[in-house]
Amino acid sequence: MKESELPDPFAQIRADKGYAEIDDQGDPVTMLLRLKDVRKTAHNYQAFTSETVPGRIVVPSEVSIRNTRQIPFEVDPPMHGAYRAMVEPWFKRPLEEQYQEQLAAIVSGLFTEVAGGEKIEVVHDFALPLQSRALTLLLNTPMEEAARWISWGTHVFRSEGEALDGSKADVLYDYIDAKLKEAESHRGEDLFSLLMHGEVHGRKLSREEAKGVMVLTFAGGRDTVINAVTNSLAHFAGYPEDLERLRREPELVNTAVEEMIRYFSPLTHMGRVVTQDTQVCEHAVKADSRVSLCWASANRDETVFEEPDRLKIDRKVNPHVGFGFSHHNCLGATHARQVMRILLKEMIQNIEKVELVEARDNIEVWGDFHRKVGFHSLQVRLHPKN
Amino acid sequence: MAKITFIASNGSSKIAEGFGGSLMELAVSHGIQGIDGDCGGVCSCATCHVHVAPGDMEKTGPASDIEKDMLELADGADEFSRLCCQIQVSDALDGIQLRVAK
Repeated sequence: MKESELPDPFAQIRADKGYAEIDDQGDPVTMLLRLKDVRKTAHNYQAFTSETVPGRIVVPSEVSIRNTRQIPFEVDPPMHGAYRAMVEPWFKRPLEEQYQEQLAAIVSGLFTEVAGGEKIEVVHDFALPLQSRALTLLLNTPMEEAARWISWGTHVFRSEGEALDGSKADVLYDYIDAKLKEAESHRGEDLFSLLMHGEVHGRKLSREEAKGVMVLTFAGGRDTVINAVTNSLAHFAGYPEDLERLRREPELVNTAVEEMIRYFSPLTHMGRVVTQDTQVCEHAVKADSRVSLCWASANRDETVFEEPDRLKIDRKVNPHVGFGFSHHNCLGATHARQVMRILLKEMIQNIEKVELVEARDNIEVWGDFHRKVGFHSLQVRLHPKN
Repeated sequence: MAKITFIASNGSSKIAEGFGGSLMELAVSHGIQGIDGDCGGVCSCATCHVHVAPGDMEKTGPASDIEKDMLELADGADEFSRLCCQIQVSDALDGIQLRVAK
């Protein structure tokens, strides 16, 4: 098997049963594994809520490490819609030409720094700086801020090990508090200022609400983007013919990106809390228990996707749920899609070949299931195009 | 060439002339309000939902099973709903009317 491949640990149980039960810090989770069940459950916020104790819908649960409600993520309709309407235009800015030009400059600049044929470690030398520098565009803050975010490491809630790390979260929270305070007294042009001075339902957001949006923005797009970027480079190392084909047929960049999101599924799953005794996938679930929407499994559902375990850059019809589904679909998806599209376009321009040197897998453990989500480290040589 | 009429949710209408590609791409390139086409046309995001004028359904044809599954959970979907990224522009579509879903 090639290093770039991400096996599907859920195939058998998805076909046999459609769900799996796992424990999580004493608050068990029924993982839903089929695309249709995942979609229907995501859509039904009345029976499967996101608006519960902050941190509880995340798996592993963050209940013990945070009290701040992430917004709009942990709020259901109708209030969800009001928050979302307030921030949505801002998060659609990546569709603007100028934003894309700036992003392209960031990516090509990074390639110039690292693509000299010498050995680099993709996660820390490329994906993390790319994610952090791109985030300065999304927040509209000075590029210098990226250096501080890079120093926080790959996951803002975890240290290098797998365990949840509360002290890491404090660094982020203190930073956001300080920035929001600054924006309150001095209105700038950044996201902090939009949140402190914008209105929802005719009133200003509280600082706690603004903090909830900022924590979501930092946390949701961190290791997900880093994994997507790293896995893309690993894919081109394993399948150089795909890089060559994109060079010949750059019009495939869009389908390639959507297929990578499907195949990589950077976020394995997201939870919901059941509000009433009900059934999912012909399985009884009790009120106040947790289910999760397993995007990673749904995206390999063999009843929907032909050859689900193959990454096909020209897959035309691709109803994946890599960015979630329905009301709570990913707020950062527009930005993430541009990061990936521009990454591929710049690779075509700048990189002749990705040569794999050494890889150390990042494997998540969910009960009996071991899912490779990416790499702890990926050493490669990036050979520049002449 | 096909002339397509898009009616936005605020009632304003715009005629777009298309030669190829999908109706979603045509709508995005003409700045039709309410058609985002976030996923670029792979039937994953449902941000290109339109209601085809009843008399034009024959020209566009029915949705595929995968598209139907998406529409089943889309807001305001009815028997005339389509995701317009799944409809290719061709001369046969000349004159059709599409109302952008709310």
